[in-house]
Amino acid sequence: MAQTSHGVGGVGYDARKRTWPAEFNVFLALVILVVIFELIGRVFLGDSFLFNTRADVAGIFNEARLQIIILQVSIVGIIAIGVTQVIITGGIDLSSGSIVGATAMIAMSFAQVATVNGNPNPKAMFLAQGWTDLPVIVPVLVAIGCGLLAGLVNGALIAYTRIPPFIATLGMMVTARGIAKWWSKGQPISFPTDSFAAIGKGLMPVIIFLSLAVLFQLIMTYTRYGKHCYAIGSNEDAARMSGIKIANHKILVYVIAGILAALAAVVLSSKNLTAQAGMGVMYELDAIAMAVIGGVSLSGGRGSIIGTVIGALIFGVIISGFTFLRLDAYYQEMVKGVIIVGAVVLDQWRQRMRALRA
Amino acid sequence: MSDIVLKTENLTKRYGGVHALEGANFELRKGEHVAIMGDNGAGKSTFVRQITAVEQRTSGQVWFDGKEVNFAGPIEAREAGIETVFQNLALADDLDVPSNLFLGREKVLFNLGPFSILDRKYMRKATEAALVRTAVKIPNLSNTIRHMSGGQRQCVAIARTATFASKLIIMDEPTAALGVQETAQVENIIRTLKDNGEPLILISHNMRQVFDLCDRIVVFRRGRIVANLRKENTDGQDIVSYITGAKTGEAELAA
Ligand SMILES: Nc1ncnc2c1ncn2[C@@H]1O[C@H](COP(=O)(O)OP(=O)(O)OP(=O)(O)O)[C@@H](O)[C@H]1O
Ligand SMILES: [Mg+2]
Repeated sequence: MAQTSHGVGGVGYDARKRTWPAEFNVFLALVILVVIFELIGRVFLGDSFLFNTRADVAGIFNEARLQIIILQVSIVGIIAIGVTQVIITGGIDLSSGSIVGATAMIAMSFAQVATVNGNPNPKAMFLAQGWTDLPVIVPVLVAIGCGLLAGLVNGALIAYTRIPPFIATLGMMVTARGIAKWWSKGQPISFPTDSFAAIGKGLMPVIIFLSLAVLFQLIMTYTRYGKHCYAIGSNEDAARMSGIKIANHKILVYVIAGILAALAAVVLSSKNLTAQAGMGVMYELDAIAMAVIGGVSLSGGRGSIIGTVIGALIFGVIISGFTFLRLDAYYQEMVKGVIIVGAVVLDQWRQRMRALRA
Repeated sequence: MSDIVLKTENLTKRYGGVHALEGANFELRKGEHVAIMGDNGAGKSTFVRQITAVEQRTSGQVWFDGKEVNFAGPIEAREAGIETVFQNLALADDLDVPSNLFLGREKVLFNLGPFSILDRKYMRKATEAALVRTAVKIPNLSNTIRHMSGGQRQCVAIARTATFASKLIIMDEPTAALGVQETAQVENIIRTLKDNGEPLILISHNMRQVFDLCDRIVVFRRGRIVANLRKENTDGQDIVSYITGAKTGEAELAA
């Protein structure tokens, strides 16, 4: 049926001239960006962005840089998977960065060892209770519980009180950060068990990020949940009239986003071997930027997880591209701001173009 | 009276001080196609919204399919067998045709609660069949509704009501804003429904269409039913005078 040269009802339709998926454009942007950095590098620095130029290292590509790019975006990328679902449903989640902070603190407290170099762990939160050297499943479940709870509060507020998602999650952003600071009165929480530390070792964050991305891409495409996300985001009234339970669905979406932020917290604190109250600050904006760069529309109904993954890679390429060009860290911050605003402007522009064509 | 599909008694809806619908007594029999006409703001859509429970009525009673009904919402009405094409189309712009046809009642391959796997092949096949049956022309089913013409969107909404087994179909101005060809297409769909004996309530401003398609015409004026006439016993002139108020008083159905 896919190859017919006419559509249903006899309207002329050339199946070969199907419009390509929107993700293709985003991927093209990624390629162009890499080529630009490569050219600038070759011309001005006499170095390659992508390829290996050193004789003493084997391999065609500059694997160290590639690893840094993906590793850098993996943890925020996990958050962006949840944020993508929220935005597709027509919402926004500003609380993910703070959920990372609070979850990292709480979960790490259940992942600590009892003794460090023969002395009692000076940072252990629950030494007196004997809750140390617990199996790794305990802190992971605690983290999932934290994310679930935060998402439940976000979702219930939005679904039942009809507060705009922007305000509800802004409240959670401030509250969760407060919890992160209050938990240990600002003290970092360190010395995790080896099994907990293994979660964020090496390329594990990348593997976790990509597995979750594949899982949720499939869910968004092939399940009723995914279909209803797009339906609610594109016309909430139509979705309600069609019998979709909007409140339940929204709560589920924010719970999933909360749990994904919590998983990001596990990976991040494991990778850093410590949890701090300031962890994840501004991650929510990076995650939103990744989604929007990847073609997720802030007005809801459009976008995909694949798009967000490519958006995350673009984000990573830009950041490490500027490092490669030896730009100051201060400039990098500023550039990040420009990327975030630029992505939103791009989204608005895309919508205007669409309206003009329609 | 088992051949009465829908009956309302004293159906009334007020929005604060606005008496949008006043004491509407209405009946629809098996296989009958009834037109509702009336000026803008006469209360036609309000009447539909009370029957389909998109809004809750102020007072009055509704019987459907032999029982008195008090639907809590449009979903219950639909589950009971009332399919509606609302005046403001209830379609999701960013979804394709099959997804819209099956919105809220997706066919599922395995049931995993909210994460149930969709039977996309079945829904696509059923959509193609529904479109062929209703002679709706859509070049590419995988296109999102957003990229379709007003007529095609309307056709999708109408094909949706015709896809699922129903006991009553209500269409609120289905051909408003349609071109000549699209209007003819929609009218063909309605004729097919008539041939299949499916009862229909058609709200329309188009006199020719109403006389072509319906057995009976009910006229609303200022929230009240002012005329209820069999097609054979009236003409366009007569209807217009009821719509404008030149003729008044409830014109009873001549037996
Ligand atoms: N939610 C509402 N609140 C207040 N007034 C309303 C509301 N909905 C409808 N009305 C009023 O009720 C009256 C009937 O409206 P309705 O939509 O039923 O008209 P209609 O006969 O369908 O007209 P049209 O042919 O233009 O579609 C109008 O005067 C309208 O302004
Ligand atoms: Mg109306």
